[in-house]
Amino acid sequence: MIKAILIFNNHGKPRLSKFYEHYSEDTEQQIIRETFHLVSKRDENVCNFLEGGLLIGGSDNKLIYRHYATLYFVFCVDSSESELGILDLIQVFVETLDKCFENVCELDLIFHVDKVHNILAEMVMGGMVLETNMNEIITQIDAQNKMEKSETFIFQSPRQDR
Amino acid sequence: MPAPIRLRELIRTIRTARTQAEEREMIQKECAAIRSSFREEDNTYRCRNVAKLLYMHMLGYPAHFGQLECLKLIASQKFTDKRIGYLGAMLLLDERQDVHLLMTNCIKNDLNHSTQYVQGLALCTLGCMGSSEMCRDLAGEVEKLLKTSNSYLRKKAALCAVHVIRKVPELMEMFLPATKNLLSEKNHGVLHTSVVLLTEMCERSPDMLSHFRKNEKLVPQLVRILKNLIMSGYSPEHDVSGISDPFLQVRILRLLRILGRGDDDSSEAMNDILAQVATNTETSKNVGNAILYETVLTIMDIKSESGLRVLAINILGRFLLNNDKNIRYVALTSLLKTVQTDHNAVQRHRSTIVDCLKDLDVSIKRRAMELSFALVNGNNIRGMMKELLYFLDSCDPEFKADCASGVFLAAEKYAPSKRWHIDTIMRVLTTAGSYVRDDSVPNLIQLITNSVEMHAYTVQRLYKAILDDISQQPLVQVASWCIGEYGDLLVSGQCEEEEPIQVTEDEVLDVLEGLLVSNLSTPVTRGYSLTAIMKLSTRFSSVNRIKKVVSIYGSSIDVELQQRAVEYNALFKKYDHMRPALLERMPIMEKTATNGPTEIVQTNGETESSVLDTKHPATVPQPANQANDLLDLLGGNDVVPVIQTALPTKPASAGGELLDLLGDLSLTGGPTPAPAPSVPISQPPFLLDGLSSQPLFNDVAAGIPPMTAYNKNGLKIEFTFERSNPNPNIAVITIHASNSTEADMTDFVFQAAVPKTFQLQLLSPSSNIVPALNQGTVTQVIRVLNPQKQQLRMRIKLTYTYKGSPVQDLAEVNNFPPQSWQ
Repeated sequence: MIKAILIFNNHGKPRLSKFYEHYSEDTEQQIIRETFHLVSKRDENVCNFLEGGLLIGGSDNKLIYRHYATLYFVFCVDSSESELGILDLIQVFVETLDKCFENVCELDLIFHVDKVHNILAEMVMGGMVLETNMNEIITQIDAQNKMEKSETFIFQSPRQDR
Repeated sequence: MPAPIRLRELIRTIRTARTQAEEREMIQKECAAIRSSFREEDNTYRCRNVAKLLYMHMLGYPAHFGQLECLKLIASQKFTDKRIGYLGAMLLLDERQDVHLLMTNCIKNDLNHSTQYVQGLALCTLGCMGSSEMCRDLAGEVEKLLKTSNSYLRKKAALCAVHVIRKVPELMEMFLPATKNLLSEKNHGVLHTSVVLLTEMCERSPDMLSHFRKNEKLVPQLVRILKNLIMSGYSPEHDVSGISDPFLQVRILRLLRILGRGDDDSSEAMNDILAQVATNTETSKNVGNAILYETVLTIMDIKSESGLRVLAINILGRFLLNNDKNIRYVALTSLLKTVQTDHNAVQRHRSTIVDCLKDLDVSIKRRAMELSFALVNGNNIRGMMKELLYFLDSCDPEFKADCASGVFLAAEKYAPSKRWHIDTIMRVLTTAGSYVRDDSVPNLIQLITNSVEMHAYTVQRLYKAILDDISQQPLVQVASWCIGEYGDLLVSGQCEEEEPIQVTEDEVLDVLEGLLVSNLSTPVTRGYSLTAIMKLSTRFSSVNRIKKVVSIYGSSIDVELQQRAVEYNALFKKYDHMRPALLERMPIMEKTATNGPTEIVQTNGETESSVLDTKHPATVPQPANQANDLLDLLGGNDVVPVIQTALPTKPASAGGELLDLLGDLSLTGGPTPAPAPSVPISQPPFLLDGLSSQPLFNDVAAGIPPMTAYNKNGLKIEFTFERSNPNPNIAVITIHASNSTEADMTDFVFQAAVPKTFQLQLLSPSSNIVPALNQGTVTQVIRVLNPQKQQLRMRIKLTYTYKGSPVQDLAEVNNFPPQSWQ
């Protein structure tokens, strides 16, 4: 099971945080800080697996991370997930974002957090991997976005583009 | 009121903030605006406001006032609203807020909505944060959706079902019928999530597991799917780096693992496909390796044939040589899991594993270290230890503690010789001395005491070590203890193993005094050194210097040191005649576990010798027989008055009064009040001569009168009692068997049984021949633990050979004096 998915930049600013287990708000922020601290210390050519910090708890949990340009994508998983598989999943996620946003960069994630959440919701649900086929995901996202757009048109409310 | 700003605007504004305080200010202003907008019940802009709130929540600011608004959004008809509402619910709400229950009805309606995306949203939210009440209420809807033909909904329903099962395990049966044709789907998304659902069910319930194995014939279905995936050739849809749907392959392999574990038939059925996957998968990219890794884990876990297992371990070995760190890490992790079962196979890769110790990557180093310790055995101990000690020298502090304890354990189990063992421990103490565990000091002291022939060598090496460096406390503590014990060997230069060094008494005392005054020494270490100096007073000739040191510390600020110094002073002045005996060489110690009431190895390492003999104790290490040890120590007489209890020891600082110290000592070694045997006894030591020993002794032991337990056919068995001081629940009974007939009783065995609430420990008898005509007694010590203070009762069985024929008798002993068990 995936316990949490975090995206933060090289300075530790959170760009996306999704927890699949409940923690209080303070704990969530602490986890983000602690994870950033652990991950930023890592060299470039070491392996992508880390034992988790104290907060996200337990010897069972690992941090699997990938560093893309200015962003760290960190998945905190327990032992039921295959480590190498998660690495691939992160890759698929980033490629999907790339397709959806057209050459995605950090700014896209900053200004369209909710869209990123929606994409993530199509891939991971309740801590478990839902869909890994990039095209399938993108099809669904496009359909849902179309629905949204059509609503705003019909109801004549100000454009809700966020 | 003007329209609330868009999310984009807000983000832009926040990004212009230069300090944390500015940012906080902006956010607070916006929060206030949002709050007033919520109060106005503005439907059009609610969505926008909640989006902004979620953004601020991500940055770490409190957003709980938006929870109800999320609910209102969910209840709205617009898809846009619902989307944000559900997202907000997932981020802001959880089981602990009562508000979440209000969602149940909304979700129920949405699960039956006409638009699949709305249904999808509802399933997603339920699957992420549904509480057990919600799950219970909505499980039926989920189950219905599990059977739909819409693959988009089906896959979501499957994962939602997993969440429901996790929250409410009793509902698992409900989903069983729906799983029947899940695997006949073509859609990979559905297949993937169905496999997850099946995995969850099998892991949770062994009944389900056997059901799936037998009735559903799950294994053949999975094997078929896997085969299609591998054979199907290029399929652009699910391709990841040239392999078709690796995620699904990995999931299926995992489920196969669970199905095949412990079951021969299933394992049989999957052998072929596993071999196929293992040999055909391309390993140049991470994807292929992920599949191989999963395959290896599966092979190791099920009852696979040996050829397959060898194949698996070889794959892991190849992984170890791979350049990619991730692969190496993963290989080390799985080798660690398999080293218990396939030890020999993993041994083959030992050299590679040891090389990984030198890797720069912290995670790999840690794995390699754990694996190396698991691989140590009697054959490779020397080589491995060299590598591990080298690693200990150079590794990060976070590893040192674990590595040191690992080294100690391995050395204890497999040490080829005592000298090697001591060398290894010394090396650990000098390199990682500050990181070793606390109990390693007494363990090491015990080890040194027991390896008698190494005393001189050990003390010399320790002395040299602390000349160099006195900062590592465990090393210093062990060294000062040894110098105190074996200082005479050090000064006399008797070392056989190495070049003896020339040390004078004054130099040794300088070093020890240096420890006392140094800032680096902890109070415990100071205690060790003071006692060491004191012990040297019987071994060295420069007693005056020692007397001076001791009297100086009589006024030390540290209470522990002060107490010790004062007592040692008293030892010099009033009890000087006892000093040699008190400060005698330590006898060979047994591990604490075998000694009942007495603790020989104290954690502060200080023990007082209570061997009441002027001779040195036996220098050959004895087998574990406690009573034999003690008897040998007394000079090896066959029949001697038994020492009632094992050597009691007291830290020199406990119970200040010297008289109490001796009061306990009187329990040992003195003559028993039982009828004295007619063979010569080694006399009670002069220790008691200095006191009015008789009354003292009688006070303690005569408190409980002895009793005759058995007297038949010339065999008389008397019981004498002591209460063990540290533990009043333990009564120590000594039996004395005497024989008044004219023939010896040979092969004499005494056995005893006690009621269930007691515990009995029988030590070895002094001999098994009871000589005729009361010429001697056979003694044996029994220790009875009586935690409930019930009346002591015992049934005894005696067997012996008398005049050639075996005699056996049973008797009940009920007449125990009340003081023995109250």
